[in-house]
Amino acid sequence: MNKALYIRRKLWNGFFLLLSVLAAGFGLIWLGFILGALFYNGFAALSSKLFLEMTPPPGEDGGLANAILGSVMMSALAVAAGTPLGLFAGTYLAEYGRYTRLAFFVRFVNDILLSAPSIVTGLFIYEIIVVKMGHFSAWAGAASLTVIVIPVVVRTTENMLLLVPNGLREAAAALGAPQSAIIRSVTWRAARAGIVTGVLLAIARISGETAPLLFTALNNQFWSTNANAPMSSLPVVIFQFAMSPYEDWHRLAWAGALLITATVLTLSIVARILQPKRSH
Amino acid sequence: MADIALAGQMTSIPDRAIAIRKGGARDTRFRVLTLSAAVLVLAIFAGVMASLIIGALPAMRNFGWGFIYTEAWNPVTEKFGALASIYGTLVTSLLAMLVAVPVGIGIAIFLTEICPRALRRPIGIAIELLAGIPSIIYGIWGLFIFAPWFQAHVQTALVDTFANVPYLQDIFGGPPYGIGIFTAALILSIMVLPFISAVTRDVFETVPPVLKEAAYGLGCTTWEVMWRVVLPFARSGVVGGAMLALGRALGETMAVTFVIGNAHHIKQSVFAPGTTISATIANEFTEAVGDLYLSSLIEMGLILFFITFIVLASAQLMLRALERRAGSAS
Repeated sequence: MNKALYIRRKLWNGFFLLLSVLAAGFGLIWLGFILGALFYNGFAALSSKLFLEMTPPPGEDGGLANAILGSVMMSALAVAAGTPLGLFAGTYLAEYGRYTRLAFFVRFVNDILLSAPSIVTGLFIYEIIVVKMGHFSAWAGAASLTVIVIPVVVRTTENMLLLVPNGLREAAAALGAPQSAIIRSVTWRAARAGIVTGVLLAIARISGETAPLLFTALNNQFWSTNANAPMSSLPVVIFQFAMSPYEDWHRLAWAGALLITATVLTLSIVARILQPKRSH
Repeated sequence: MADIALAGQMTSIPDRAIAIRKGGARDTRFRVLTLSAAVLVLAIFAGVMASLIIGALPAMRNFGWGFIYTEAWNPVTEKFGALASIYGTLVTSLLAMLVAVPVGIGIAIFLTEICPRALRRPIGIAIELLAGIPSIIYGIWGLFIFAPWFQAHVQTALVDTFANVPYLQDIFGGPPYGIGIFTAALILSIMVLPFISAVTRDVFETVPPVLKEAAYGLGCTTWEVMWRVVLPFARSGVVGGAMLALGRALGETMAVTFVIGNAHHIKQSVFAPGTTISATIANEFTEAVGDLYLSSLIEMGLILFFITFIVLASAQLMLRALERRAGSAS
């Protein structure tokens, strides 16, 4: 009687479920393809020179030492400035503002900043710092990275503080602790692992960030710890070297790419281990 | 912490009064501190807007609205129009969404319905890793590995296949360079895939099991349950996730800059080199000479910020509404 319909429905079912398996395969294949190419080309170029020698002119031997230093320095500055600001703002959203209109606005704007194009961040810092100072500098680079760090930390801090059971806050309040003490010694402490996760994710996010550094920190061929001068960074060097026609620059670009990816993946895995289980 | 320890030792009334006053003052200071950090987030946003508008003023005065619909981009004669960049931005992102939305939903269906329980977490994490890989890595991979492979194995085949089909021969025509609009769009689609599949999976999990069980009880197949029960229920979440991904795709810089070819013209063929707003800024900003050139690039940044703001804001409104619904249901 309805056998034909029955078979047709089963076939469609099989067909679409097969498609969704293929979709998952599609995603995994690209991941494998990208990581495979990266490790293959990156490991071939890996040597101790990378960490000891400066970025070379074309045709000469060299490493990425100045770029690594620049990346580490600017990321450290950005995290040092962005973490407390993000932590306080996130604390306001979760502990004080919660349902106020201001908190709603801040949340909205923060989520926009979280996904806003990073190149626009670069333009912003260029306008307010580079133009005012009259030259490119590591300060400007770090500032543009700070603008990227803040929204990440705000979002995770708020989420993690909201996971802290209200009973803890109430217990502390019942003991007579003022609210600031409750936040600092009860809720922050309870959410510590989650907040650290947010900072790690922020570091992972900025360590590969290129666009805003292009016209804030620019680049520098030499070993430089002067934050008031242009500074080299791994992503910018990768961009410059990969777009060039020189074979040995390409090799260094691959090595740099491997370093960045290894850093980012390690940070995301550690962050995932630390992250508390979500409630739902 | 010190305050609590203090509170434990207190016995006499005056001590307590002092502690309360001290605590109160400390409270106010701390509250103001967190409040100003929260306001700083608003200030950054306002600062971005203001600085872009001020920076773009010379170009706005010079070109007016014509800036948006003029294709010419000539630094030598200082005639600037953003149309080719805007076109490239929109086309690459929309093409990317055409691939990423169905595949992202497919991945979410796979992870919630088909995948063996033990593999769900590892496969989910692997897909999310795609979002963690920095865009410059996509760029260098796209330039050295993907574009040559695509050129040799896919592009020539497509050009040959559609060589005599009307319309399609224009869209998939022209010399197969490897780099171009289509390559950029494909790489973008891989990059935004995890955003769609993660949000979609999360909303799929908010569908009340009783709805699915009722449909299964009526004899529906898995696909029918997904298509007629789960997807309609999760619609606004899926659209929100897709908008979030679109916002990312529109603003993506490095991955696109490597493979798009940086050519300021609009060609019918999707294989032709083009440019996007972000790629133009990344390529030309440090080399731009003259205030009008710089200002034009900044105005493009302003246009990009405006477009992504609208897309991201609507994504948020949809996802927020969903969160509220999920909150009231549980």
